[in-house]
Amino acid sequence: MYYFGDPTIWLPFVFAALMGASILIYVVLDGFDLGVGVLFPFADDAEKDRMIASIGPFWDANETWLVLAVGLLLVAFPSAHGAILTALYLPVAIMLIGLILRGVAFEFRAKAPAPHKHLWNNAFFAGSLMTSLSQGFMLGMYVMGLEWTWINFAFAMLTAVFLTVGYSFIGATWVIHKTSDALQIKAVAWARGGIWGLVLGIGAISLATPFVSARIFDKWFSFPEALYLSPLPILSALLVLWLWAMLRKMPYADDRRSWQPFAAATALWVMAFGGMAYSFYPYVVPEQITIYEAASAPESLFIILIGTCIVLPTIMGYTVLSYVIFRGKATELRYD
Amino acid sequence: MELETLLLSRIQFAANISFHILFPTITIALGWMLLFFKLRYNRTGEKRWMEAYRFWVKIFALSFAMGVVSGITMSFQFGTNWPGFMETVGNIAGPLLAYEIMTAFFLEAVFLGIMLFGFSRVPNWLHTLATFLVAFGTLMSTFWIIVLNSWMHTPQGFEMIDGVAHATDWSAIIFNPSMPYRFGHMVLASFLTVSFLIAGVSAFRWLIGGRTEGVRVAMKTAIFAAAVLIPVQILVGDFHGLNTKEYQPAKIAAMEGNWETHSGVPLVLFAIPDEEARENRFEIGIPKLASFILTHDWNGEVKGLNEFVTEDGEVLHPRVTPVFWSFRVMVGTGLLMLLVSWTAAYMIIRRKRGIEGLPKPMLYGLVGMSFSGWLATLAGWYTTEIGRQPWLVQGVMTTKEAVADVPAPMVLSTLIAYLAVYAALLAAYIFVIFYLARKAARGENIGTRVAPSPAAAPKAVPAE
Repeated sequence: MYYFGDPTIWLPFVFAALMGASILIYVVLDGFDLGVGVLFPFADDAEKDRMIASIGPFWDANETWLVLAVGLLLVAFPSAHGAILTALYLPVAIMLIGLILRGVAFEFRAKAPAPHKHLWNNAFFAGSLMTSLSQGFMLGMYVMGLEWTWINFAFAMLTAVFLTVGYSFIGATWVIHKTSDALQIKAVAWARGGIWGLVLGIGAISLATPFVSARIFDKWFSFPEALYLSPLPILSALLVLWLWAMLRKMPYADDRRSWQPFAAATALWVMAFGGMAYSFYPYVVPEQITIYEAASAPESLFIILIGTCIVLPTIMGYTVLSYVIFRGKATELRYD
Repeated sequence: MELETLLLSRIQFAANISFHILFPTITIALGWMLLFFKLRYNRTGEKRWMEAYRFWVKIFALSFAMGVVSGITMSFQFGTNWPGFMETVGNIAGPLLAYEIMTAFFLEAVFLGIMLFGFSRVPNWLHTLATFLVAFGTLMSTFWIIVLNSWMHTPQGFEMIDGVAHATDWSAIIFNPSMPYRFGHMVLASFLTVSFLIAGVSAFRWLIGGRTEGVRVAMKTAIFAAAVLIPVQILVGDFHGLNTKEYQPAKIAAMEGNWETHSGVPLVLFAIPDEEARENRFEIGIPKLASFILTHDWNGEVKGLNEFVTEDGEVLHPRVTPVFWSFRVMVGTGLLMLLVSWTAAYMIIRRKRGIEGLPKPMLYGLVGMSFSGWLATLAGWYTTEIGRQPWLVQGVMTTKEAVADVPAPMVLSTLIAYLAVYAALLAAYIFVIFYLARKAARGENIGTRVAPSPAAAPKAVPAE
């Protein structure tokens, strides 16, 4: 544990990185399947079945990244876990009920009697919407420092809408990749309609963060940091332009490039997240508790780290395996 | 106000964890049952095993989804309602929970997709392997969470520094004194729950005319599994009780309704414990039997509840009534399971006509027992968890110390929301199980497509 210097420094950093990676993987992976749920009302019944088929084998593992992220927060930064979740008590409860509804609706809509199916479709949509909105709300509150004031509340309501539309956008790019024909054309239209959520969401967070905290402002706008950081907004802008140009012409003949909008959306997500991580480091509770103050005892973190080094590559391996097995266009989900 | 928050938070956590445990109790053992069906199919190539697999894998998928989503709820509630728990013992609970997520959750979640939808997409051996890995994942998850729960009952291998627990010996923490008993007791409880569920739903299908080969093998497997496992469970339960007597004597005293320390303690069959007067009303008991069970000596001394009241009147034992009665519900259900499974097994063997040998009342009885495992499991968990109160971690921190300072009305509002959702989902779950059974009995969508028998394609047979 002393190999890399002081373990009370490098262990919290490693765990903050691991937690950040889990959150990032979660918002990309569950982002697309939550987005598919948010888009549900715009699809007809046969299309709903195909949309479900496109996420059916993956959603459960996708959601596990949330469990890992909150688990890492819980085990590595216990006091921060308490502080953040107590402050966000109600939105967390709404998110959990949303997650419950959509998770079980997956199963029930396929197994309940046909007349009940629309009920479970509605539950799936409502659950996805509740989850997305409350996650966006929590993001907004977190950025504003977890204080319940009217301004912060209003800002959080805005980010709730932006993140939900952002999720629907990445969901639409996933449907573009996993389907063909009429549904794919529809998904292209959804993506075109949803890209503003992503742009406004990233824009709002990027503008708000530096003005909430002078510390973050200095991190971004002092010289020479501003120079090193400039590729981040420039690349993001280029990606948005590229996505826009691509979506105007899609779908291409022979289904070429159907994976590219999803890849581009993921890249945008990664950059936005990287920017946020840079802003907030070293704080885990904004401007209150740093990762070093909140960290568990080094001997406990070390024992988790040993397991992580062995298990995480394995998880990555078999997650890739599952995406390979269920690659290509979504087909009807069958148990036989 | 603070007290209300504590009580409401406790009810909310109890509601969540009670709802949650119903589904792992099914998936832990059902995963292994499915693996058994799959291996029998691989070995014999008989379609009936695959028919049983196909029906029960749907119930597995449904139960698994219910378990996952209600489990996510709990990982958040540690923070929203019980921040003191992780702040005090996070150094120990943390790694155990982390290992559960990393070694179990991802394994289950990823291979579940292949297990459910991969039969025609992957080679047969990979589908069998996926079934095994999902079953193995559920067992790993059970292991880690039981380690943590047992450590909360019988903590060791740590030291307190400035009010925070620090691990000193991980093998002492993992193999804490009550862990092996609790783990065995829970896994067996899961197998019994699943056996009675399969037997009950199969009996239902049989009664409404769905008399297929798949129903026959599933019901037979379930009845014999139950008949073999229930005596083992009673024995393990007894060992678990002896272990509790050593480490948590207050819990045993509450279970037995024993107020005063004395020798030759009777086994109380019925009583209404009076917490105010600190005595039992309307007590009916068998003389000296509790002493014999707990100490293996008719005149052995057993500690009473009055030992656990401090001189200034602070009560350090749990409320007696809930512990006393949940223990009796658990034992009573267990004895009923013994009676039903042995009678059914006897009828099948004696009459040599397989399932046809079961008379109608027995089939109705099995249908009625479909969810008996849930009842016994919940009652057992109530016994042990309420029995630990007022401690959250025995002797280390009380439940009161861990609760979050959230306004009571807020906890009440979320509690009502959770309860409404859980009630609706539980009703839907049971309804859908019997709906699927009726659908299967009508011959719809079950066993309509059977993959080529692996016997005809030797390459696909996994090594057994």
